[in-house]
Amino acid sequence: MADKIIYAMYDDDDKLLDGARMLVSKGIHVNEVFSPMPIHGLDDVIGVRHTRLGIASFLYGLTGLMLATLGMKYFMIDDWMMNIGGKPSFSYLENLPAFIPITFEFTVLCAAHGMAITYLLRNKTLPGMPASNPDPRTTDDMFVMEIRTAENTKYSADELQSMVKSTAIVELDEKTV
Amino acid sequence: MHKESAIREPLILGDKTFKQITDDVCRPIENQAPRGWYILITIATVIALYGVGCILYLIGEGIGTWGLNNAVDWAWDITNFVWWVGIGHAGTLISAVLLLFRQKWRMAVNRSAEAMTIFAVIMAAIFPGIHMGRIWVSYWVLPLPNQFGSLWVNFNSPLLWDVFAISTYFSVSLVFWYIGLIPDFATIRDRMTKPLTKKIYGLLSFGWSGRAKHWNRFEIVSLVLAGIATPLVFSVHSIVSFDFATSVIPGWHTTIFPPYFVAGAVFSGFAMVQTLMLIVRKVMHLEAYIHTKHIEYMNIVIMVTGSIVGVAYLTELFMAWYSGVEYESYAFLNRATGPMAWAYWVMMTCNVISPQLMWVKKWRRSLTFTFILSIVVNIGMWFERFVIIVTSLYRGHMPASWAYFYPTWVDVGVFVGTIGIFTVLYLLYARYFPVLAISEVKTILKSSGENYKDGFGAGEGYYGADGSHGHDHHESHDEVVENTKHEETVAELSEEEIAKNKSTLLDRIGTAEASEADDLKQISGVGPVLEKTLNSIGIFKFEQVSKMTSEEYNLLDSLTKSFPGRAERDNWAAQATELMTK
Repeated sequence: MADKIIYAMYDDDDKLLDGARMLVSKGIHVNEVFSPMPIHGLDDVIGVRHTRLGIASFLYGLTGLMLATLGMKYFMIDDWMMNIGGKPSFSYLENLPAFIPITFEFTVLCAAHGMAITYLLRNKTLPGMPASNPDPRTTDDMFVMEIRTAENTKYSADELQSMVKSTAIVELDEKTV
Repeated sequence: MHKESAIREPLILGDKTFKQITDDVCRPIENQAPRGWYILITIATVIALYGVGCILYLIGEGIGTWGLNNAVDWAWDITNFVWWVGIGHAGTLISAVLLLFRQKWRMAVNRSAEAMTIFAVIMAAIFPGIHMGRIWVSYWVLPLPNQFGSLWVNFNSPLLWDVFAISTYFSVSLVFWYIGLIPDFATIRDRMTKPLTKKIYGLLSFGWSGRAKHWNRFEIVSLVLAGIATPLVFSVHSIVSFDFATSVIPGWHTTIFPPYFVAGAVFSGFAMVQTLMLIVRKVMHLEAYIHTKHIEYMNIVIMVTGSIVGVAYLTELFMAWYSGVEYESYAFLNRATGPMAWAYWVMMTCNVISPQLMWVKKWRRSLTFTFILSIVVNIGMWFERFVIIVTSLYRGHMPASWAYFYPTWVDVGVFVGTIGIFTVLYLLYARYFPVLAISEVKTILKSSGENYKDGFGAGEGYYGADGSHGHDHHESHDEVVENTKHEETVAELSEEEIAKNKSTLLDRIGTAEASEADDLKQISGVGPVLEKTLNSIGIFKFEQVSKMTSEEYNLLDSLTKSFPGRAERDNWAAQATELMTK
């Protein structure tokens, strides 16, 4: 059986959310939702897992912290013990207060950029990538739910359609893959 | 959560829909720019080119072309640097700190404030660059392996901390700004019809499609970036203040500098945001999104940070006296009474006295007053840096080398030039970028839009005044609706009581016929639904509304059962009286 995609279009985020709840309660798998803004509460309904980017950011931050510490230990203590105003840097610990600002800045730098780059890569949103929203209005005022027949084999395409129609949709579109 | 206390002023005025928000923000990008834009950008380009010319002349001739002398070896250059960095602080403060505090009004100004931050930090970075004299070796500030043996930059120096702080701040702000811009560029991409512009915005939008998972990540990335940008904002200006505070120059060597500089930076940054936003909202017709309440919120921030700055000035004076160090005491006495006292008193007037005027509610809600005051604060904060830098240096420990400071035309040219470059960048931004965060503004429409707050959503009345809504599957709202009812309904009355209240009310304010009805929707706070309710009670004319006092309001509340106190708060009677005379 050919895989058909049903696009249920709503003009309101809450209507889509209600529709999604109704469909999911009947065991329908909602494959994707395209919306012009985040819909709060939708992720749990359609089974989008919580992102781990926050953890990634923490790890990038730790990397930055470590690099900054190692770098400054090498530059200021090991490689050349700089003597400023008769106050040589004998050990990293003794000189630590002066190193804190840059350690902090570098930690933030790595955490922020590492996370941002990961975010763009994971989303596959990069310069030159083609847009994949099914309708240009989904970035304006249209909220679209994508349901695939291949993922919902316990209902026929017609049954799926009629169930989608029972929610507060404003338009229905279909595509055969 | 769609409901917010009815007492809070709406953040989006008028009956806006998602579509209208998109239209309102995209209109300036899609239409021909007004003539004023071309005139402004021409003037700004000329000034910017003059500035670039001055910078090139300076690089060619050396910094001897500045007015610096043996005593005053830092003057306009560092003043301008700190001034621009300070201005750059409002953007990230609005987008990061206010995001953490869930301040919804920030949505109206965050995009433009962040743009201002980025351009201001670029302007700031010019000054240490050209002050190095040999700008072509400016990469020496980075810890790079080199041919001079084990020669590293000095990690103990606040000047190097500054390099790291400013570059981190700039790049993180840029990333923060751009991640927010991606979905909005996608909106513009999907509206554009001309192939070239569509292609350009397509490139800028990185192929954003608004998938649920992407929005999920988007929100977390924004939150985490806000979390780490918040200490970053505070660290940056603290480190800028260390440039002075860790030295042993009287007037600079004070521990109050970091908090004082941070407050000053927020103070000047918000003043610049006000200057820019008051123009932007007017020219780009965004009055519905950036209105008096937003301006008032920002004025309150200006008032608070201005007061912190004022307290810091006085603390400095006290500590100079209390320390008993005669050099320290002299530095401050000299500031206030010496040959450069004029600069000190300009600073005191602009920064200490002027923000206190904001205690008057009428003034801080006046747009003209705010605009003038924001410029006064911008000037005052420039003088603050000038006073700190020049008046601490021109009369140092050795009276034989005391000198006065006179700027040269190159000093002035470079400074004015950076204002020109900044204006060019900002005008380009306002013309081609979405100046409001479209997707973020849409998320607050239902909680803070005037139409939703008044009990009717755009279109089909998603929420009626009584909390009903026009669709069937409302599991998600049951809880919300119940809450609303709980908050807003006045005690249930019996049929007779209702009839009695109705007749008392009409006795007091007079009866009218439906045929002679006025358009009650003109009263701010009355929407179509409420108008129907009023009509059903028998209120049709402004004349009736104008006769209402608090007793009548109470009767009305018991009848309409929605928004208790609303009519009184909005002062319907006064509004109606005004409308009657029209």
